[in-house]
Amino acid sequence: MATLHTRTNARVMMSPAVLMLLVWMVIPLGMTLYFSFLRYNLLMPGMEEFTGFGNYEFFLTDPAFLDALFNTLLLVGGVLLVTVVGGTFLALLIDQPFWGQGIVRLLVIAPFFVMPTVSALVWKNMFMHPVNGLFAWIAHGFGLEPVDWLAVLPLFSITMIVAWGWLPFATLIILTALQSLDQEQKEAAEMDGAGSVSIFLYITLPHLARALTVVILIETIFLLSVFAEILVTTNGGPGTASTNISYLIYAQALLQFDVGGASAGGVVAIILANIVAIFLIRMIGKNLET
Amino acid sequence: MAREVTRRRKITFTVIGWLIGLTLFFPILWTILTSFKTEGEAIATPPSFLFFQWTFENYFEVQSRSDYLKHAMNSVVISLGSTGLGLLVAIPAAWSMAFSPTRRTKDVLMWMLSTKMLPPVGVLVPIYLLFRDFDLLDTRIGLVMVLMLMNLPIIVWMLYTYFKEIPGEILEAARMDGATLGKEIAYILAPMAVPGIASTLLLNIILAWNEAFWTLNLTAADAAPLSAFIASYSSPEGLFWAKLSAASTLAIAPILVMGWFSQKQLVRGLTFGAVK
Repeated sequence: MATLHTRTNARVMMSPAVLMLLVWMVIPLGMTLYFSFLRYNLLMPGMEEFTGFGNYEFFLTDPAFLDALFNTLLLVGGVLLVTVVGGTFLALLIDQPFWGQGIVRLLVIAPFFVMPTVSALVWKNMFMHPVNGLFAWIAHGFGLEPVDWLAVLPLFSITMIVAWGWLPFATLIILTALQSLDQEQKEAAEMDGAGSVSIFLYITLPHLARALTVVILIETIFLLSVFAEILVTTNGGPGTASTNISYLIYAQALLQFDVGGASAGGVVAIILANIVAIFLIRMIGKNLET
Repeated sequence: MAREVTRRRKITFTVIGWLIGLTLFFPILWTILTSFKTEGEAIATPPSFLFFQWTFENYFEVQSRSDYLKHAMNSVVISLGSTGLGLLVAIPAAWSMAFSPTRRTKDVLMWMLSTKMLPPVGVLVPIYLLFRDFDLLDTRIGLVMVLMLMNLPIIVWMLYTYFKEIPGEILEAARMDGATLGKEIAYILAPMAVPGIASTLLLNIILAWNEAFWTLNLTAADAAPLSAFIASYSSPEGLFWAKLSAASTLAIAPILVMGWFSQKQLVRGLTFGAVK
């Protein structure tokens, strides 16, 4: 009797959250899927017609799509490389006892809290500006010609800007994992004469494996959707040099008003993200059981 | 001898640690410093680091030229509103999942998580069109709804992991003693759940404050919060660095402070409890 009562209660308590998320998922997704099969441009209202896979064919064979796909992979891969390697290094460093450890920790994680539009504009202007930027001044100091970072190396520059923001995230998570490492195990290995390199390779790294996987998967989910940094720095240019999938779909939808094409792109983006999501969800699901 | 080695080691790490920490923090420091310069000094080469004419002028200019306070207010309303509404919906859900789990609880949790994996750009078109048709474009209420739904999975998950840590035996004991549901909440659960709820609140305000996909795409002059408003400094006003810095400093300062206080919760919230 009591269990029946609590079970009904539980259902009532859960339903608002579940229903809202359900509506939030089903309606827009259904619409995206539906639009993706229509020829539908906002500039030509009332001209919608069914085109089958026409939009997909158009989107997938557009040379800009291949560029954008490639740029997306480069951006995600580049940021992951910097943040995972850098984050491991930083976490190991902050884990050592030194004076002002707590303050350094605060300084290191600060970039994570800077909103993407601010960090992109600050880097674009005050650092990467080819005439007045700090990098230009440093280059002059070494007698070098300043680089117009966002014009010559747009994707690389954006990768660095995004990596600066995500480095703290990786550091913080790896550090948290590091601090749960059993110190006695390390001491025992030291007693047995293991060097610091082999301690890192055979004890620390295996212990970090799980945290590293989580960092890689979660960052990938977010990095597939990088948008604001591109919008305020390069607008995807020059040409398509810094256009990723997110930006391409945005341009298709809100700059060219091609609802059908953008929706087909949206479906492609969802499929790409899902490939990563499946792995992440499995990992977290396993964790739930323990 | 050994003590001498550890001391030297500590000094080395102190130097390296501070160097790296200051380097990573430098862009923020530089933004703060530039916000106190005149426009002329802001773009000067060689740049001046500390010895310039300090001025507060930019902070007043930002307000008079672009109505900064309106956008700051939008940020406050949107981040607090979306987080508050989210908590209202998520607390009962997370609680029932933590304390009366059924066979499907795990599936529901995983499904909620999967909605978070949806790339926003995948639903940009329909959301934009729905907003247009319901006159929600460039309104605070529209953004509050979208951000609430976007962060709802994280809120439910974080609360769930916190509620899970409250020992169920206490509840059973209370029930045996004849406590009603209301009393159970007021005297036992609430005091134990408040810290978890507070950190969830904090993290989600940070996430909503910094959100820049939906704010850029769904707002214009009226409802733009700071994350979208700052973008208006991108091209035509590109060289007003001192004002850009003043606007940026104000936009990131409150969140930076909140973030520093919620470091630990951040890890738990953003990894969905996978790393604690």
